[in-house]
Amino acid sequence: MKFVDEYRREEDAQAFVRAIRAKVTRSWTLMEICGGQTHTLLRSGIDRMLPPEITLVHGPGCPVCVTPLTQIDRALAIASRPNVIFTSFGDMLRVPGSTTDLLTVKARGGDVRMVYSPLDAVTLARQNPEKEVVFFAVGFETTAPANAMAVRHAKSLGLTNFSVLASHVLVPPAMEAILSSPSNRVQAFLLAGHVCAVMGWTEYEPLAKSHGIPMVVTGFEPLDLLQGIHMAVDALEAGRTGVENQYVRTVSREGNPAARAVVNEVFETCDRAWRGIGVIPKSGYRLRPEYAAYDATLKFEVGAITTEEPKECIAGEIMQGLKRPSACTAFGTRCTPEHPLGAPMVSSEGACAAYWLYARA
Amino acid sequence: MCLGVPGKVVSIEASAVDMPMGVVSFAGITKEVCFAYTPDIQVGEYVLVHVGFAISKLDEDHALEVFRTLKEMGELGDLEIPQPSGARTP
Repeated sequence: MKFVDEYRREEDAQAFVRAIRAKVTRSWTLMEICGGQTHTLLRSGIDRMLPPEITLVHGPGCPVCVTPLTQIDRALAIASRPNVIFTSFGDMLRVPGSTTDLLTVKARGGDVRMVYSPLDAVTLARQNPEKEVVFFAVGFETTAPANAMAVRHAKSLGLTNFSVLASHVLVPPAMEAILSSPSNRVQAFLLAGHVCAVMGWTEYEPLAKSHGIPMVVTGFEPLDLLQGIHMAVDALEAGRTGVENQYVRTVSREGNPAARAVVNEVFETCDRAWRGIGVIPKSGYRLRPEYAAYDATLKFEVGAITTEEPKECIAGEIMQGLKRPSACTAFGTRCTPEHPLGAPMVSSEGACAAYWLYARA
Repeated sequence: MCLGVPGKVVSIEASAVDMPMGVVSFAGITKEVCFAYTPDIQVGEYVLVHVGFAISKLDEDHALEVFRTLKEMGELGDLEIPQPSGARTP
């Protein structure tokens, strides 16, 4: 497959590993933001190929994992209603709420459906005018343009039976929170390539400058990550700060202005609670008042939500890069993909799922 | 969830839903994709697709940069690096 296979060749990967070994003179701690990158790093064994001086810590870039429990419980309450078709990306279906998950709601008779694109949910609303179709709009900046377009499209079609439960999160405020924490140990970031495909990297430049660290926009294939690590180590060793771009085939400094225009038309920035982390100012998107008719939170009264997190789950510390999944006392015993305590064990971008899949405990 | 898959644009049509839609081939598997965010895209070009939307056009020349870097490192140091075959057609 073009643009994929050539970035997975072992001999090229080994060459980058040798180049990183030749470059590194002291210990460095790097964080990859995106959970997709975490999975590539472990699946391809990059974490085991790197010299011992380099520590990779895994970032909060798993939207399913950071969606607050109140929103999950709200989704479960809405999905349980008799007249609702509740649609979601597949990742969300097995994420545990306080007492149950979407797949269990479906097993009990709820009409819960997995969709590939938010536009599929709009199509469902057109096909089922007697039903309320709700889409669980989670995701980072990468996904916001698609979800925004779905809302705008539903409005242009005049649909009154479509709404979204929006729980969008934004990367830069989360990075600011990590860098400002007294327990921070991250010295360089591998930025999430697909977030930057939409947003570009101008908003990271002041962040890199104020904290005096290097950041590298990085792709998702093994060679992308190795080159990103090589560039970050090169910058660290040379004392260089600022943003550099490894993912040149996909990302430009200005990103995708057409996508951002639609996002800004439909969404506005808001404070957002991150599961396990807490409220981060200006770290989310919510629907603008002009689109209130498409807001499932306003459309469906679900009563007071009392959440309950499993006490043993350390997902919050894992998402902040403070602990590894293998440090969790429940990992692989009381918490497995079949019986998860926390979202990172079930999401395809969750760090715990990666450690479980690739046997890193 | 930020998974993006590169694919080749097979067709673009002005669709009934008031958005530029079309078909993208992922090494033979085809999928309907919205091109609202890549309005200048042409058939035969490559795009990055995320949840049914093309969010970026892939730059074929830039795609080879990683292999140029490897080659340069091989020439500067003494890494034994095989010649990259570059981008291959699926």
